Amino acid sequence: MGDIISELSAKFETELDKIKSSEELENIRVAYLGKKGSVTAAMKEMGKLSAEEKKEFGQKVNALKNAVADKISEKKEELAALELQKEIDKVPDFDISLPSKFNQGSFHPITLVQRQCETVFKSMGFTVEDYSEVVTDYECFESVNIPKYHPARDMQDTYYLENGQLLKSQTTAAQNAIYKKYRKDLIENGKPIKAIFPGRCFRNEATDASHENTFFQMEGVMVGKDISISNLIYFMKTMLSEVFRRDIKVRLRPGFFPFVEPGFELDINCLICGGKGCPSCKHSGWLELCPCGMIHPNVLKEGGIDPEKYTGFAFGLGLTRLAMMKYGIKDIRDLNSGNLNSLAQFTDDEE
Amino acid sequence: MFISMNWISDFVDLDGIDKMDLIAKFSLATAEVENDIYFKGEDLSGVVVAEIKSVEPHPESNKLHLLKVDAGDGKLTDVVCGAPNVRVGMKTAFAKVGAHIGGITIESKPLAGFPSNGMCCSEKEVGISDNHDGIMDILDDCPLGTDLKDLYEIDDIIFEVDNKSLTNRPDLWGHYGIAREIATIAKRPLKPLPTIDLSKYDNLEKIDLKIEDELCQRYSAIKVENIEKNVAPVNMRIRLFYCGMRAINLLADLTNYLMLEMGQPMHAFDSRKVGKIRIKRFDKPFVFTTLDGIERNCDENTLMICNDNTPVAIAGIMGGLDSEIVEDTTTLTLESATFNAASIRKSAVRLAHRTDASARYEKSLDPEMTTVAIARFLYLLFEIDSNAKVVSALTDEYAFHYPHISLDFDKTFVDKYTGIEITDEHIVDTLTSLGFGVEHSGDNFKVDVPSYRATKDVSMKADIIEEITRIYGYDNFILKTTEAPLFPIRMDAQTSLEDRAKDILVKRFSLHEVHSYLWQYADEYKKLGMEVEDNIKLAGSTNPNIETLRNSIIPTQLCQVSYNTGYDTDFGLFEIGHVVEGLKSDGLCDERKKLCISLFSKTKSVETLYFELRDMIAELVDDLKHMPISYKKMESSHSYEHPKNLNGLLIDGKQIGKIGVAHPLVSKKIDKKAAIVFAEIDMEAFTEADGKGIKYAEPSKYPSIEVDLSFVAEKFAEINDTIKEKSYSILKSIGVADVYSDGDSKSITTRLLFGDDERTLTHEEVQKVVDEIIENLKNKGINLKL
Repeated sequence: MGDIISELSAKFETELDKIKSSEELENIRVAYLGKKGSVTAAMKEMGKLSAEEKKEFGQKVNALKNAVADKISEKKEELAALELQKEIDKVPDFDISLPSKFNQGSFHPITLVQRQCETVFKSMGFTVEDYSEVVTDYECFESVNIPKYHPARDMQDTYYLENGQLLKSQTTAAQNAIYKKYRKDLIENGKPIKAIFPGRCFRNEATDASHENTFFQMEGVMVGKDISISNLIYFMKTMLSEVFRRDIKVRLRPGFFPFVEPGFELDINCLICGGKGCPSCKHSGWLELCPCGMIHPNVLKEGGIDPEKYTGFAFGLGLTRLAMMKYGIKDIRDLNSGNLNSLAQFTDDEE
Repeated sequence: MFISMNWISDFVDLDGIDKMDLIAKFSLATAEVENDIYFKGEDLSGVVVAEIKSVEPHPESNKLHLLKVDAGDGKLTDVVCGAPNVRVGMKTAFAKVGAHIGGITIESKPLAGFPSNGMCCSEKEVGISDNHDGIMDILDDCPLGTDLKDLYEIDDIIFEVDNKSLTNRPDLWGHYGIAREIATIAKRPLKPLPTIDLSKYDNLEKIDLKIEDELCQRYSAIKVENIEKNVAPVNMRIRLFYCGMRAINLLADLTNYLMLEMGQPMHAFDSRKVGKIRIKRFDKPFVFTTLDGIERNCDENTLMICNDNTPVAIAGIMGGLDSEIVEDTTTLTLESATFNAASIRKSAVRLAHRTDASARYEKSLDPEMTTVAIARFLYLLFEIDSNAKVVSALTDEYAFHYPHISLDFDKTFVDKYTGIEITDEHIVDTLTSLGFGVEHSGDNFKVDVPSYRATKDVSMKADIIEEITRIYGYDNFILKTTEAPLFPIRMDAQTSLEDRAKDILVKRFSLHEVHSYLWQYADEYKKLGMEVEDNIKLAGSTNPNIETLRNSIIPTQLCQVSYNTGYDTDFGLFEIGHVVEGLKSDGLCDERKKLCISLFSKTKSVETLYFELRDMIAELVDDLKHMPISYKKMESSHSYEHPKNLNGLLIDGKQIGKIGVAHPLVSKKIDKKAAIVFAEIDMEAFTEADGKGIKYAEPSKYPSIEVDLSFVAEKFAEINDTIKEKSYSILKSIGVADVYSDGDSKSITTRLLFGDDERTLTHEEVQKVVDEIIENLKNKGINLKL
């Protein structure tokens, strides 16, 4: 009887070696271990044997059964690994180096810097005010203490329209309306006026790489009780440090602007050399950045606010200049050109 | 304006003060100083006074001379010199061997075959004028060998103050005013200006002088004769040169010197030409020749100085050729006047002739200065030429006085305005040093504004704050945040809508944001076959491309589409910008803010592109307002609109904009094969449209039934509208599953969705509604596709 077992074992080994797929393996499993399988049949033979023979044969046939089962399961893993490898091999090695074809939209660079500034101001409780581009002489000049004979009102600077209105030459044109809009809340509830007003401005001048007749400014005001020069400097330093995302040094010099008193030219330490002096700052270490000052009492008065009770500061930022500085745009005319070779590069720039 | 530190030192003792530090402080406290600072005389050394002892012609050159000069060192030095004005006995500037001049070192070396041990120098070579006609002719008494720098004020520091930063400071248009600032900054006293007493001429006859026009504020004049000297002293000429002016002759140089020193422009007339001075305007335009020989068109607004009825000078701008000082002038009439600032500025602009004088007058000069300037002029003149003689009384017509300004304020005001603690002592010292009269008692200050600050610059308390703080130094401020109560802020609805719309258009639809100008581009429009439409214009424009304001962004954007046809096969542009839709009933511009979108494609059909844009807008409206959009056919009325495919965009029945296809002619001019579509939305109307917000509906627990029906129809709206004429409670939605066109007819497979939140529907009740819908459509001529 022992021969049957060794024959069976040898036969199994030979057949197993030839197996290539899990179906064939399943067939073999059934052929040996199934209800009608050869090992099962051999076990059935056991009943015909004596008790002693039974014991010996039983051990052998059991060992065979276990060995067959083990080898089948071994083979099964082996086949599974092979099949997985085949599936992996089927997928090619993708050429990631192929150029990308994506279709990214873009914001106008002015929108990007404007948003960056607005985020800073909103975080400090400023409202963002929109204003028209066509304004009256009163809005642009008269109401902001620019007397009749001031050069800014001359025909060569300002675009006047046939009906006597004009294209706003400065965002200051919105100041009077903003005071009138919020004065009630200031006077009755003590709510300080905090507003920024970005907008497009126009000046009649010949255009070249650094001059445009159409450009963007952003002006801001804060009016309340006891707003001081100290507050103004603190605010400008804090605000500019946020806008430029670094600690900015500011320096104030007297500057003359009819709508403020005192008025200042604000310099910041040069962003390129950090203040050591370089060609960008003409080796002075400082960059003239924005005019600012304490709002002129006449301007507050004209806006219906008593300058004896309230004070405030105002500042102006050249958004166009800021965008050019930030992105290294050399020709100001690119901004209004609609040229996508230039403009499509300005995808989102949230920091 | 160039400032000479030597000149300043005439009025302030600057000994022991770091000049560069002082200039830096001046820039922060008073007015912007340009970056370049000039150290005059820095590159000059070893130049001494020498006498030419002999002059021999060079044997082989007509130009060169062989000189022997005595430089005071006890020997004669051989020099080869090419100057035409050499003569024996002449004292000149001599650069010895080893001297430094104009960046070179003088060496002993043969010149044209003869030894030359030094160089005789012109004024230009020494750097004190632009005269290079010959070598310097030194007339001043001094021992030979004297260093030129000991004889003349050659070493100087010159800095330039930005004129723009002096716009509001008429007092700073001369060195004396700058010296006052520097004295305050350096905390040193300001010396008085040396002048003569004019009252001693009171007994002489007055000049016939009359102001006949309100534009002249003050006119002071005096007559002088017997001036023998013709050349200004070297030091005076050096200062003029360093400050950017050319020396001409003694009188011209003196008037210029006075202007640079006090900021008061002066003019010298030949007395024979101005017997009867009248200041007035003329009724009619006329031509007037100024002393530079140029004929200028003066008009009825130009204030003139006249000899009776003959104009002799344009007030505050320039004198006339005919009344100029000439060789045989014996008596001169000296003018020192002030005029209305705006009038001078306008005249200078009109004449396109801005002079040093007009630049000062347009700043509102202090009329108090006119007589002081005459007294100072005469002081300087007598120093130079003691034989000069005053032959008239000071004649002074003072027609317009600025009001005297006195301001009261208390310490609390200063503290509140500055936000820091500035001492009483600093306030008093600063204002006093700047020339203000200060009375201080307790917390109260009473300040008298000096006349030279009272013409327009200082008129209110806030102006005083500037004086105090700029000298205190903004760098010395302690920075403090505000202490204001907290309030929530609300963002403007339209601004916020615009921001979100930009995000959707860029991030979801990959469009590119652009900006375009506010006017219609005449030339560009023409190229694309579009018309410049009637609208309000800029006044007096001479450029048709910058003249008529745009009434729509579409055509300016189509121009931008045309610039980009080579950028990509497909792209989209958008702009949120302003347009003016004519005038409102009050005569003011009807300005609107619009969103304009254009799509360009070389790969898609115009129909596909049109639907792409339509869906884009529908999604935009759905996203921002949670509202459906509907369409209304429009008649085209602009040269850029396609005659057929133009639709109004409506939210809740109200039109917010339009969508259209570019006119085929325009489209072909942009690109022969591309499809171009556009839309324009009024942002105000869009903002005002009521939004629905999200209304949550509990999902039904019961199954719904879908029924697809194919109808023969041209437009889905015909089917949709008819079905919606009746409201069926179980009909949840109407959609389109497919559109099929076989050339002859078009069929639209309409998908109806039935359901009920409370129960499962029976097939019978659904079929009943379906039958009714089919029947209703049939009645409208819309049949099921068989």
